[in-house]
Order: sequence, then structure tokens, then C-alpha cells
Amino acid sequence: MLHFAAAPAASPGEPWLNIAIFGAFVAITMIIVFRASRNNKTAADYYAAGRSFTGGQNGSAIAGDYLSAASFLGIVGAIAITGYDGFLYSIGFLVAWLVALLLVAELLRNTGKFTMADVLSFRLKQKPVRIAAATTTLVVCFFYLLAQMAGAGGLVSLLLGVGDQLGQALVITVVGALMILYVLIGGMKGTTWVQIIKAVLLIAGAGVMTVWVLALNGFNFSTLLDNAVAVAGNPEILNPGIKYGVSDVAKVDFLSLGLALVLGTAALPHVLMRFYTVPTAKEARKSVVWAIWLIGIFYVFTLVLGYGAAALVGADVIAAAPGGPNSAAPLLAFELGGPVLLGLISAIAFATILAVVAGLTITAAASFAHDIYASVVKKGKPEPGAEVKVARRTVVIIGVVAIIGGIGANGQNVAFLVALAFAVAASANLPTIVYSLFWKRFTTQGALWSMYGGLASAIILIIFSPVVSGSVTSMLKTEEINFAIFPLSNPGIVSIPLAFFLGWLGTVLDKTKEDPLKQSEMEVRSLTGVGAEKATSH
Amino acid sequence: MGNDALSAETETAPVVDYRAVQQSEEFQRLRSKHRRFVFPVLGACLLWYLAYVLLAGYAHDFMSTPVFGSINIAILLGLAQVVTTFAVTMWYVSYANRELDPIAANLRDEIESGTSVAAFSGAARSEGDR
Repeated sequence: MLHFAAAPAASPGEPWLNIAIFGAFVAITMIIVFRASRNNKTAADYYAAGRSFTGGQNGSAIAGDYLSAASFLGIVGAIAITGYDGFLYSIGFLVAWLVALLLVAELLRNTGKFTMADVLSFRLKQKPVRIAAATTTLVVCFFYLLAQMAGAGGLVSLLLGVGDQLGQALVITVVGALMILYVLIGGMKGTTWVQIIKAVLLIAGAGVMTVWVLALNGFNFSTLLDNAVAVAGNPEILNPGIKYGVSDVAKVDFLSLGLALVLGTAALPHVLMRFYTVPTAKEARKSVVWAIWLIGIFYVFTLVLGYGAAALVGADVIAAAPGGPNSAAPLLAFELGGPVLLGLISAIAFATILAVVAGLTITAAASFAHDIYASVVKKGKPEPGAEVKVARRTVVIIGVVAIIGGIGANGQNVAFLVALAFAVAASANLPTIVYSLFWKRFTTQGALWSMYGGLASAIILIIFSPVVSGSVTSMLKTEEINFAIFPLSNPGIVSIPLAFFLGWLGTVLDKTKEDPLKQSEMEVRSLTGVGAEKATSH
Repeated sequence: MGNDALSAETETAPVVDYRAVQQSEEFQRLRSKHRRFVFPVLGACLLWYLAYVLLAGYAHDFMSTPVFGSINIAILLGLAQVVTTFAVTMWYVSYANRELDPIAANLRDEIESGTSVAAFSGAARSEGDR
């Protein structure tokens, strides 16, 4: 096998080629976004793309939204360096979709309009529940967004050969500005098309590389594993335990992370919002089925790519490259197809960041404009057109905050933010979603205790965890300051059960009863689809 | 039937007595068919995932046993998680198409056309602008 010992230290491939391919992606998607957005008039058009996407289209967009740079670059890199434990991580991301399929997608589509808060406040007191749901939505989106934007900086140094902070800041600004443009003009329709195109490119690109890697190993997966072991000089990379098996705390930590991944996905606001872009609950079901197939196949690809990178590039080269583990997939592309394939994969990685931040931004903007402005401030009676105007302004503000946050977080250790976003979603959102759909007696007090309790406990535990202080690998990057009194890096194992408990406790201690007619209406509507929001016709 | 005046007044959907629908035998059947599928199946899937995570954490020797060449139990169990996820997905879709959708469609038609027991002037007016 070829082995480029002299893999260039700065940036393999041709930065200008990478930029040109990415530029072509931006140009093509921009044209599509412009064409798709001519009918963006009402709130239903802007937030929910007129509910006109098919299950297949929406499922691809969900995959495009969900397979972030962290999944693609992160998981391939994790498998290449820590072996099997990287794969363990991706299984949780996939199994999680069963919660979305079986419990959430259809019922949510039948009862809600634009946001998660629509469903949560359906039969409870509008104002407090909406404010709480909008708060958790904004917090989850913010953490997720910051992690993506900060990741963009690291990616730049690897792919474009931009090493200095100023150059990276410039690229983060360009990514942010493009995202604002897509969301501002295209709304949910434009965002969806960007995500669909990106999903197709990402899965096709990963598929080609997977077949290529297997072909180099005689289409024998076992041979590939043998080669990976030979290059790594360590047979343990095929077994679980290199990363999560080092100590008892690490084992519990992984259990905690797994819980957050499995229960958080179906409560991520930007995932939930995608279910409103299809005309019926049946299409929402089809969306999840498509998403499960695409995401599942993709994660199987990452298993091959991760061990392929370990065998063809080598863990030492990957760890030493700029970008560290994140460089595994791009370096593997370079090894296989030279600068052209590297350029393609790099452009796909950028498109990934763009598509994911666009999805997060429109979700956060919709939540602010619909839940806070239109429903709470204007008491459900905003001036015609005002809500979308507010949403558009919010997009610009969120975009600017994301750019500033991304530049500020560039080079910081913020990889834990994605896992934290899942933990917050699982703790603050999922209990209330499940209780309000399936527990008749559930009350406003239970919802508020569960949402605020889950949110606060997840964030407080992470502040006092080893990811923030106490070591050179923590966010504060020093051993001097140490207030890590909570031993785990993932709060889920404590905060999720706590939030479920608080939802129960708040309800049984609540002396007031909710309107039983609303409960009847919600239950009938959620299962039959009576009165569900219809697609707008143009 | 017989609620034309009301329909005209509220323009869109007829006033639906959701409480009566909820208590109707047909809806109860739909509800129990839905819950009797999703709760146990999801519970089993989550337990199966939990077992996998615990094995990966605490049963290294077992997971490291090679089966085909260098492919060990850990990799096979990981792929088995993917396979069961696909299988449960297809199982649910076929169950929903066969058992849930016809009842739901029937109820929806009855309510929307106003022929259901429930579609007389009930108290629960469908809220307007949530």
C-alpha cells in the first residue's frame, strides 16, 4: 500500500481548488434558493416551506441537518484514532431515531404549527410554557451553533491552509454571512434545499470513498481491519475500551453520553421543526424512515472510512496534522483521489457546516418570532406580516452572534458543546414532550419544573464538570483553576431522570387542573390528524 | 349533520366535541393499538441499546472475541444495532399502514364530514390562533 510519509504538514491538496469547488456549491445552491423562495409570503411559507416537501425530500434534509461536521469528520477521526469506541458513539446517534419515529414525529406534526412550543403549550397555560420552551430551544440552538462555527475555524486551517487567526476569522465571517443570506432569502424552503443537496453530496462522497477503501482491500472487511491493526501496531483498536474503558468514571461517562444521544435527538428543536415542512403525518413518518436509512447507511460508511484512514493514512499522521482527528477523512480522501477528491470532500465539509447552521438559525428565529413575539408579546395577534419580519431580523442577529461567538470560540475546546446540546434537549425538552403527548394528568407546573429543572441541572453539572475546569484539556486550559466537583463530562445520567422526576412531582403537587377539553382535543388530533395544519398551495 | 349554521359561523371545521370522540369506541381502539405497539417496542429497543453499551463498557473480553477473521463480536453487535433499527422501522411502518392509518382516516373523515357521533354542537370549539 502507498504511504505518503511526506504528507504536507500545512495543507495537503490545493487550497484554491478547494475554494473553487466550494464556490461552485455556493453558486448552485444560491440559484436554487432564489428560485425556491419566490413564494415566501406567509409565516407557513417562511417557517415550514408551505408544508410542501415530500417525505423523501424531508428525510434527506433531516439527514443533511443531522449529519453535522462533528458526525462526519469527528466520527471518522475518532474511529481512526481510538478505534471501536468511535463507532460506539455513532450507534447512539442512529438508535435515537426510533424515539422520533415511534413517539414524536407524527403526533407532533398533527398537533403543532411551527415550533416545539406549539405542541408543549397546546393544553397547558400558553404564556409560561411557551416562554420556557422558547428558552430551551434558544439554548440548545446556541450551543449547537457555537460548536459548528468554532469547528469551521479548525476546518479552515486544515483545508484552505489558512493558519493565522485573522484569516480564520475572515472565513468564519464568510460562512456566517452566507448562512444569513440563505436563511434570509430562502427561509425554510431555501434551508431545506441546501440540506438536501448537502446530504446527497455527503452520502455519495462517503459512499464512493467506502467502496474505494474496500476495493483496495479486496472487498474484505476483515483484511481492512488487519491492515489497520498492522499500521497502528495495536490490535486493541478493534475492541471497545481505548477511549471509554480507561476507568470506571469513563465507563459511566459513556453511559451518560449514550443516554443523552438516544433521548436527545427526538427533542432537538431543529429536528422537530423539520416535521412541519411536510403536508401530513404520514409524510412525517416517511421522512423519519428516509432519515433512518440514510443516517444508518452513512454510519456504516464511517466505520469503513475510520478504519480505512487508520490503515491508509495512519493514526500518527492524522494526530500530527492540523485539525487533529478531524483531518482523518480529508487526509483519506487525499490518499485515495489526490487533490481533486480532497477538494470535493473539503467542499462537502464546508457545505455541511453551512447547512447545519442554517437549520439551527431558522429554528431559533422561528421560536423567537412565533413563540415570544407573536404569541407572548402580541398575545397571538401580531400585525399581518409582522411575525415574519421579526423572524428575518432575528436571523440577522443570530447570524452576527454566531459569527462573533465562532471567532471567539475558535481554537477553544468547545467540542463538548454538541454533546451538551443533546443532554439539554433530552433533559429540558423530552420529558415535557412525552408527558404532554401521553399523560392526561400532566399540568403546567409539571412542565415548567421539568423544563427549567432539566435545563438548569444540565448546565450547572457541566460547569462543575472536568470539561470546564481542572485540566489542560478543559475549556479553561489550566490545572490552576479547578472547580470540577462533578466527576462526569456528560450530565445526562443525572439531569434526564431528574427532569422526568420533576415533571411528575410538579404535576402531582399541582392543585390546579388543566382544561380536560383541551386534553381531549390534543389526544384526538394527535392520533387522527383532524384539524392538522394543511399545506399551502401556490 | 344538522350543524350547518354552526359551520357557517365558524367558517372552517365543524364544531367538534373532541371529548365524545375521545370516548368513542373507535378512538379508544386506535389509541390502544398505537400505545400497545410503540411503548413495548421502543422499550425493547432502548433496553437492547443499553445492553450493547453496557457490554462495550464492562465485557471487554466477550466483545473482543473474533468471529470471522478479525471481525469480532463488538463489530457484529454494532452492526446488529443498525440492522434492528432498520427492521423496527420497517415493522412500524407496515403496522401503522395496516392497523393505525385505516382507523385514523376513518375517524378523520367522520369528524370532518360531521357524520360522527361527536360532531354535534359540542363545547370544545377548535381554537383559532394558537
